Amino acid sequence: MPLLEINNLTKSFAAPSGEKTLIVDVPSFSLEEGAQVALEGASGSGKTTFLNLIAGILQADGGTIRVAGQEMTALAEPGRDRLRAATIGYVFQTFNLLQGYTALENVALGMAFGRGVDGPHALALLQRVGLNERMTYRPRQLSVGQQQRVAVARALANRPRLVLADEPTGNLDRHHAREALKLIREVCRENGAALLLVSHDHEILGQFEDVHKISEFNRAAALENLPAEQKGEGPK
Amino acid sequence: MSATPSIYSSPHVPRCGIGFMMMRSMRQHALSSIIAIVCVALATGLTISVVSINAQAYKVFTGGQAGFDAVLGARGSQLQLVLNAVFHLETSPGNIPWSLYQAVKKDPRVELAVPYALGDNYNGFRIVGTTEELFTKFEFEKGRKFAIAPGGRMFDTTRREAVIGSFVSRQTGLKVGSNFNPFHGLNFDPKAKHDEVYVVTGVMEPSNTPSDRVIWIPIEGVYRMEGHVLRGADKEFKPAAGEEIPDEHKEVSAVMLKLRSPQGGFSLEQMINKQGKVATLAFPIGRTMADLFDKMGWVNRILGLVAYLVAVVAAGTILASIYNTINERRREFAILRALGARRRRVFTAIVAEASTIAAIGAAAGLLVYLGILGVAAKIVQAQTGVVLDLMFPHQILYLAPLGMIALGALAGIVPAIKAYGTDVAENISPTS
Repeated sequence: MPLLEINNLTKSFAAPSGEKTLIVDVPSFSLEEGAQVALEGASGSGKTTFLNLIAGILQADGGTIRVAGQEMTALAEPGRDRLRAATIGYVFQTFNLLQGYTALENVALGMAFGRGVDGPHALALLQRVGLNERMTYRPRQLSVGQQQRVAVARALANRPRLVLADEPTGNLDRHHAREALKLIREVCRENGAALLLVSHDHEILGQFEDVHKISEFNRAAALENLPAEQKGEGPK
Repeated sequence: MSATPSIYSSPHVPRCGIGFMMMRSMRQHALSSIIAIVCVALATGLTISVVSINAQAYKVFTGGQAGFDAVLGARGSQLQLVLNAVFHLETSPGNIPWSLYQAVKKDPRVELAVPYALGDNYNGFRIVGTTEELFTKFEFEKGRKFAIAPGGRMFDTTRREAVIGSFVSRQTGLKVGSNFNPFHGLNFDPKAKHDEVYVVTGVMEPSNTPSDRVIWIPIEGVYRMEGHVLRGADKEFKPAAGEEIPDEHKEVSAVMLKLRSPQGGFSLEQMINKQGKVATLAFPIGRTMADLFDKMGWVNRILGLVAYLVAVVAAGTILASIYNTINERRREFAILRALGARRRRVFTAIVAEASTIAAIGAAAGLLVYLGILGVAAKIVQAQTGVVLDLMFPHQILYLAPLGMIALGALAGIVPAIKAYGTDVAENISPTS
């Protein structure tokens, strides 16, 4: 059984006018245990929404998402929170480190809501990402690259089976982007976690063997890419 | 990754529980947290002070430390009589003849009668003429008589000698062997100095009663003070040196009475106040003072209201200090939620933060209370001789802090609801 299995997933948002806009419409998608897959999509193609649905941060309008054998879409919010805390790690484009916490505390937070804080594991992760000398630094005291490394360590802290990475190198320069990506892939591999990464950066995408255009499986994104008259909007 | 070097078993990795999250938040918003804590401390301190000082004052002034049951004095206000004779505060309503003192002393309903004669002061401290019985028979508390500190002795009734209260000694520097000249009148006037010189023979042990502010001299000394005129009989009388004073000329300002039973007091009151026309009996002393407190009750109610309003303002400050940070913390909540924190946990952390601010403030409020009471106690002692107790047991000591914590938790609910409703997807990252 795949680690992640999605069927007939849909999600719409209401526009200010009240009109509903379909953002995600995925008939089928799956990810195997330990796999590393990159999704390519332009800005506004529903990549973040897709990841947020998988993480259970957003509730789907329809369809099913199964993560590690559990149906995320059937769970109420507390259940989705628990499942996310137990099985999913999330790396964000903007790192989303808590500014009042040290690097070590940020990593510990990654465990606090799942299996509980495992101090030695948190310290080992920070050492793995090369920050054992900076564990008591706050995010502002770290370089952008170091902040992203803390974010990676935090995403892996709870020994997740699935790591979601949303434009994880979007805020980094070329050099740091390459290093960050290498680190994410290595650490996921070492921890046996599957990686689902979304990006629109071709250099990043080029390093993955398994790359899917989001429009290949998200019919809403495919519709988005059509000329306006073909989407039924027509010239005004 | 699982092979962990031993140095990594270092214990300083936080558990990241609600307490930890709360402390981090308070540290991050230290200024607003400190302002809220100070507000709560002031509110708690003020509330406790108002209630405690009022309760202590009520207890002390309504008979707790009077020692006597009744005061007999000139026809007039009972309150003035009590304030003058018991608390040495008011002017004397006038004098009553010595014969009345003797009559009441012999009355079977009276256990002890001690005469007071006054009219002079030393640097503003009252000089009261009395008899030795005040020291030998009178108990200001059950089993406690006025005592003279080691090295001193009781005044000799035939000499110009004085026993002074402990507070007088501290304030004036008079001690055993010191000489002083009394000043005429109850208020200090440097031009009204008497020629007589008195010597201090004893300093009283502190009694924490108004008597600590008094200079006690033999009652004869008052009669014989230069310029004093006795009007006990129809004509004025000024005794010559060495001349015995006939009783009919003597007067007293008040007679302090210890009664054998309350029933005796009521029948005496009936006899003196209702049937007589010469004197007034203030009985029971506590009731007279309680009447005053009741009349002045509105002041306490206003003070109480102000204290409670301050408490509400403090709760509002907690609410504002946390609420104002919620917008900037939305992202923080969203991150915590994305990491798996339940809404309930975020809600609890905010309420716990508000409660903790209130709890720290309430604890500091007890120190504020001690500070306020310390100052108030000095003022009250200087004005009345009564000592307020810093450790006075009153339920407000725990009710106010507990109430403040409850109010703080309540104030935390509003921002907690706002935090509870944080939309994770909206606040966590730009949508792509």
